[in-house]
Amino acid sequence: MADAKGMDGRSMIRRRAGPRLWLSAGWLSILCLAALFAPWVAPHDPLAQDLFLGRMPPFWMAGAEPGYWLGTDSLGRDVLSRLIHGARVALAVALIAGTITCLVGATLGLLAGFLRGWVDIVISRLIDIWMAFPPVLFSILLIAVLGPGLVSIIIAIVVIDWTRFARVVRAEAMAQGAMDYVSSAQVAGRPRIGIMLREILPNLLPTIGVLLTLEMGIAVIVEAILSFVNLSISTDDPTWGSMIAEGRTAIHQAWWVLVFPLITLFLTVLSFSQLGEGLKDRFDPVLR
Amino acid sequence: MSYLSIRNLSVRLKGGPPLLRRVSLDVGPGEVRGLVGESGAGKSMIGKAVLGILPPSVEVTGGEILLGGTDLLGLPPKDRRRRIGATCALIPQDPLTALNPSHRIEPQITDRLVNILGWTRAAARARARDLLEEVHLPDPERVLRAYPHELSGGMRQRILIASAFAAEPKLIVADEPTTALDVTVQKQILKLIREMQARHGTALVFVTHDLGVVSKVCQHLSVLYAGMVVEDARVADFFAAPRHAYSAALLAATPKYTDPDAGLNPVPDAVIDAVRAEVAAFDAAKARRGAA
Amino acid sequence: MSGRQRTEATDNAVIKVLATRLLTTLVTLAGVAVIVFFVIRVVPGNPIAMMLPPGATEEDIARLSALYGLDKPLVTQFGIWITGVLQGDFGTSITTRQPVLDLVLGRLPATLELAIMALVIAVALGGTAALIGTRFRGGKREGAIDIANGVALSVPDFLWGLVLILLFGVLWPVFHISGRVTPSLDLPFTTDFYLIESLIRLRLDLTADLVAHMFMPALALAIPLAAIIGQLLKQSLKETMNLDYVTLARTKGYGETQVILREALRNAALPTITLVGVQFSFLIGGTVIIERLFSYEGLGNMAIDAVINRDLPLIQGIVLLFALIFTMLNLIVDLLYAVLNPRLRHG
Repeated sequence: MADAKGMDGRSMIRRRAGPRLWLSAGWLSILCLAALFAPWVAPHDPLAQDLFLGRMPPFWMAGAEPGYWLGTDSLGRDVLSRLIHGARVALAVALIAGTITCLVGATLGLLAGFLRGWVDIVISRLIDIWMAFPPVLFSILLIAVLGPGLVSIIIAIVVIDWTRFARVVRAEAMAQGAMDYVSSAQVAGRPRIGIMLREILPNLLPTIGVLLTLEMGIAVIVEAILSFVNLSISTDDPTWGSMIAEGRTAIHQAWWVLVFPLITLFLTVLSFSQLGEGLKDRFDPVLR
Repeated sequence: MSYLSIRNLSVRLKGGPPLLRRVSLDVGPGEVRGLVGESGAGKSMIGKAVLGILPPSVEVTGGEILLGGTDLLGLPPKDRRRRIGATCALIPQDPLTALNPSHRIEPQITDRLVNILGWTRAAARARARDLLEEVHLPDPERVLRAYPHELSGGMRQRILIASAFAAEPKLIVADEPTTALDVTVQKQILKLIREMQARHGTALVFVTHDLGVVSKVCQHLSVLYAGMVVEDARVADFFAAPRHAYSAALLAATPKYTDPDAGLNPVPDAVIDAVRAEVAAFDAAKARRGAA
Repeated sequence: MSGRQRTEATDNAVIKVLATRLLTTLVTLAGVAVIVFFVIRVVPGNPIAMMLPPGATEEDIARLSALYGLDKPLVTQFGIWITGVLQGDFGTSITTRQPVLDLVLGRLPATLELAIMALVIAVALGGTAALIGTRFRGGKREGAIDIANGVALSVPDFLWGLVLILLFGVLWPVFHISGRVTPSLDLPFTTDFYLIESLIRLRLDLTADLVAHMFMPALALAIPLAAIIGQLLKQSLKETMNLDYVTLARTKGYGETQVILREALRNAALPTITLVGVQFSFLIGGTVIIERLFSYEGLGNMAIDAVINRDLPLIQGIVLLFALIFTMLNLIVDLLYAVLNPRLRHG
């Protein structure tokens, strides 16, 4: 322990992974609960408009309407209720899009890194081409093609972000493929697919898990950006991105319409990323 | 009257075991003292403590380092740095890593003169040229303009020696200055250090694990084991009759150049056990004092 | 190895890297062209119908479609477009009826100025963080910098943009949060590089106005990059601080700060520079949403409008230009690395 990191004892001071892991997991759990029980938790109907209650400030300010804790937007919809219902869309996108992206990207990366040859050449070229697209513009373009809706967003995220997994997994699979244990498995006459799935894949799982956590945070942001550009789900549905877009236009009259979804989004993205970093510190020797 | 006087210096790993155990030694003006011991005995640590470059993981727990009568450890950090920069110098172990790869040679010799001692650039440059001639490097002008990677290890060690003598320091610490070099170059560098030391009259602390080198360069030596000075003697006396059992065994273990077939005589286990017992007794005594 | 041989070896390596990278770059650009062309043809909604006033007849639509060549088979359309592109003709915008190249080149300077300003801010912020973190390594200040870096890195530019709008546009309105320049100002510029030209013409009042508009979007783009620079530079600085030549410099009488700046910085900066090159190309991709957020009249903002208006030739032109910038930047970084690398190996 004493000479853990060579002579420079100053680098021995370690960041503690504990608190940020627990804080991130805690916030995401609250979100999950809110999303699951949204109809029962939310004090109001997120779509109910009441023009007499437009732009009511949050509870601690003068002129606040009782029962509307975080105020209302310009159409008199309850901000808190919309936030809670918005968590459903955000988490659905995070989980579904993140998982599918992970499966597609990791599979392609694994094939390219392990099989090499023309498979690798084709996939690497595809990655290069994909990297040359500005991702935000690409996603907006895809939504324009696919039309708005939850399914379109998920498809857009998968189509754009598979390269994140493919790049890392490919490089890792190549590194693992050069190791002795793979050669000995080959000498033993094991089939290539078997080596890939039984020998190489288990060693990549920690890396893939960390990437998956990071990707979920990215998916939430992509959804928000697309809602912001007004190409996401139909505008009536409460999403954090559309709340932000609305808040941005009314920023000087009713700042709370922007602030609360922004804080929620900020914490969620930060939590996914810190969860990933925390897991990385704990389990993964590769990405450190 | 000695120029460097170390009194009961104790150093330990922060929150860990002691690395130096009440080390005392003196180096007079123009005198050469060898520090000998196995790796980990703490010989380099003494040089680092004198020059104020102990690693951050290590702390001084007691004692004095008197340089020209002033206790360095009692000075504020900035004054200590200035004083060391003006009066001391280091000849490092590995010439390949001790020169900054992105600077030319000239500023690496002259920067102390210009930036710390306030010489003019022209004067410092002339001085650097003289020094390079003094260390027998051909074509000093070209060398001054070169980058380190264009020069061989032996040339770089000569440059580091020149740089160490640049400000006419009173004391130089040479930290195993030949260990990283080819055997053929080692002898030349050793000869050069002795020649330069004699000409400039500099006090020299010579850290080495090689008793053969000590016999050629030094007048006094300190033998260290586990951060403790087990023997402090004049070189002539030591090689005639070492007093401590451990240093005697160390001397016996040194291969003889005259008789290469004699084989190695490792330090006997009994001697190691005895010297370890001494260290343990020291620590126990200290613990008693601490408790009392 | 003599100096002469070394240079020749270096040149060969550079030429080889250049040749392979140029080839893959061409493949990449061709791939981007094909994909963007065919993907946007699937976009529902007839762009011609959107241009015409309500009540236009089928014949009107057919006539205008023929004018823009949209009635031909897809492959023929692609052939016409790509032939034009190779001759420098990117077609005509459907909404504005101006040449795409003129439109794109008119907006490119605004985006470049924004991106470069973001880069400057990122280097300044990240560099300062790295230096302070190294100077006080192991202490509370380094811990604080690590935490700040972690947060800055986890949150994307889009959210930083919104945070900045709230902080410096609403709570404490010191900067503009919309547009590139105050519309009422009289602009004497002959090029679209407003910022650079205002500096050259010494119209510092205009420079101040431009900077007040650019600073927020540039900062939003810069924060994540600054964190990356701060982390990597601090890490390599700390490694450098343990090297022998740094220790030697300490014995010469230099203080810690001087040692960092004089001895460590230059050697530690090299790996960071390579990374900054690659990250800068990602930053340019980020301008799309940031320009939208701050209503900044650059290429990205125009791109989103083009998608909304189904202006197919304009979308193609912009995407291709972005891809070109991205691949060229990466090419330059690779070349820089090939040139610097032999020197590093010898050093």
